[in-house]
Amino acid sequence: MSVLMPMDKLPGLNKATILLVGTEDALLQQLAEAMLQEDCASELQVHLAKSLPLPSNGSRPRIDLIVFVINLHSKYSFQNVEESLCHVDSRFFLGKLCFLATGAGQESHCSVHQSMVVKLAHTYRSPLLFCDLEVESFRASMAQRLVRMLQICAGHVPGVSALNLLSLLRSSESPSLEEL
Amino acid sequence: MLCVASGLARPWRAEHAQARLSAGTGHPGTMEPCDSPESTPRQNASSNLKDYFLASTPWQKRLESVRKQTSFVQTTPRRKVPECSQLQETIDPHKLAFLLHKQWTLYSLTPLYKFSYTNLKEYSRLLSAFVAAEKQKGLAVEVGEDFNIKVIFSTLLGIKGTPRDSEAFLVQILSKSQLPSKNREDKVLWTGWFCCIFGDSFLETVSEDFTCLPLFLANGSESNTAIIGTWFQKTFDCYFSRLAINAFNLSWMAAMWTACKMDHYMATTEFLWSVPCSPQSLDISYAVHPEDAKALWDSVHKTPGEVTQEEVDLFMDCLCSHFHRHFKIHLSATRLVRVSTSVASAHTDGKIKILCHKYLIGVLAYLTELAVFQIE
Repeated sequence: MSVLMPMDKLPGLNKATILLVGTEDALLQQLAEAMLQEDCASELQVHLAKSLPLPSNGSRPRIDLIVFVINLHSKYSFQNVEESLCHVDSRFFLGKLCFLATGAGQESHCSVHQSMVVKLAHTYRSPLLFCDLEVESFRASMAQRLVRMLQICAGHVPGVSALNLLSLLRSSESPSLEEL
Repeated sequence: MLCVASGLARPWRAEHAQARLSAGTGHPGTMEPCDSPESTPRQNASSNLKDYFLASTPWQKRLESVRKQTSFVQTTPRRKVPECSQLQETIDPHKLAFLLHKQWTLYSLTPLYKFSYTNLKEYSRLLSAFVAAEKQKGLAVEVGEDFNIKVIFSTLLGIKGTPRDSEAFLVQILSKSQLPSKNREDKVLWTGWFCCIFGDSFLETVSEDFTCLPLFLANGSESNTAIIGTWFQKTFDCYFSRLAINAFNLSWMAAMWTACKMDHYMATTEFLWSVPCSPQSLDISYAVHPEDAKALWDSVHKTPGEVTQEEVDLFMDCLCSHFHRHFKIHLSATRLVRVSTSVASAHTDGKIKILCHKYLIGVLAYLTELAVFQIE
C-alpha cells in the first residue's frame, strides 16, 4: 500500500505543488484553472486525482499541500475521501492538508450532513473550508486562499510555516466542536 | 428510466454489511482516533435541557433555545425518537380515511397570533368572503361560479403527539351544489390541514398568544393554496414556506418506515434516484420486495426502539452496494429523490402520501420535526 510522503523528494527551486483529490472532475478542473490564473511569485503546479493511492510515477514532484474536495450532494465523494485518507502519511496532517466542502448552499440537494464533514476534519485535526465551487466568484476567492496556503506550505513565505498556519486556523474554531 | 426489481439473499447481506462497517472507520495508524464516547454528548444534552427548563422568563427561555439550537445545528441526530407508535383511539376513522391515500404538499408555518378554536365559524365566514373576492378579481368573464364557494373549518381531534400539542384543524373549500336537491353532496375543491406532533421544543419558546401548528399539508390547486395562504398570513401574522426534504432526511424516512412492523405489505419499497447528467437527467428506479427490505433492516438494527445514524447509513449502503454489484453504478453519487414504502411515500419537493393509518402519527412527527427545524 503506497503512502504519500511529504518529505521523500527534494523541493524544486521556487516550485509549489498542490494536489486536489476528489470525485468531481469538472469542479476540480475549474478550481485548478482558477488557481493557475492567480498572480503568484512561485511557480505553481496543480495535480488532480480522483482518489489515492496515486499511481507510482517517478517524475511527480514533491507535494506541498493536499486538498480533499468533498461534495455534500454526493455520499460517494465523502466515502472516497475517507478511503483515500489511509494513503496519506501522518506528517501531512501537520498543516499540509485541508478539506474543502462544496455544495452547502443548496440544502435541499445535500445527502451528507454538514456535521459529518466537520467531524471528519476534527478527527484529522485539519482545517475545513466551505465553498460553493460552482459559483465563479466564490471559486476565485477560494483559489486565491489556496494559493496563499500553498505558498506557506511550500516554505516560500518567510517567517510562517505550515504548522504556524495550522495553529492560527485552529484557534478560530468554535469551542463547541470539542463536544463532538 | 431504468427499473430494477431485486430480492436480497440473506447470507450475502450479512457479510456485506460487516464489510461496509469496517471500511467506514479507517484511521491512519499513527493518528490518535477521536474518542468521544456516544454517551457523553447525550449527558451534555440532558444537562443543557435541565438548565433550560429552570429559566423563568420567556426572554430567557428564548435565549436558551437559540443557544441550544446553534449547538445542535452541528450535530447529526444521534438517537432518534422511538419508531412509529400505535395510533391513539380517539381519531375519527372517517376523517382518518380522508387523510390517507392523498398526495399532500408540505409547508412549514410559523406560529399563528391570536388564533382561537372557538371562532372557527367566524373564520369560515371571513375566509369564504375572501376567497370569493379573490376569485372574482380580474376574471370578468367567469360569473356565477364564484358565489357558490364556501369554506369550512373543522377540528381534527386526536391528531397530536402529546396532550400539550395544539389541536389540529382542517380547512376545506367546497363548491355548493347548484341543484336544489338535497342529496347532492358538495364537491371538495381544496383541502388543507394544520397540525403539530411532538412540538414540545418549539412550544416552549413562544408566548401564550401564539398557537403552534408548524406543519401544513395541502391538497388541491396551487392558486387556492396561495389564496388561503395569503389570508392566513394577513390575519394571523404567520409565514408559510415550502418544506423541501433533502436526500439525507429521505434516507432516514426510508429506514424508519421500513422498520415499522406491518401485517401485510400493500406496496413494494421503491427508491427513485436522479442522476445529474447533461442534457437530460437520468432517473433510476430501484424496487425492493418489502419483506426483503424489512429483513435487511432487521439484520442491521441493533438497539430496540431506537434508530441511529449508523444504522440508517448501513441500510442505505447495503442497498447501494447491491445495486453497484449488478450495474456498476454508484448510487451514492446520485441524488435520492423519492422514497416509497407501504407506510408512506415522500418526494424531495415536499410531497407526501400516507398509506398506513397505524403509523400516521409517527410520519407526522418526523415531518413536524423537519418543519420546526426549517422555521428555526
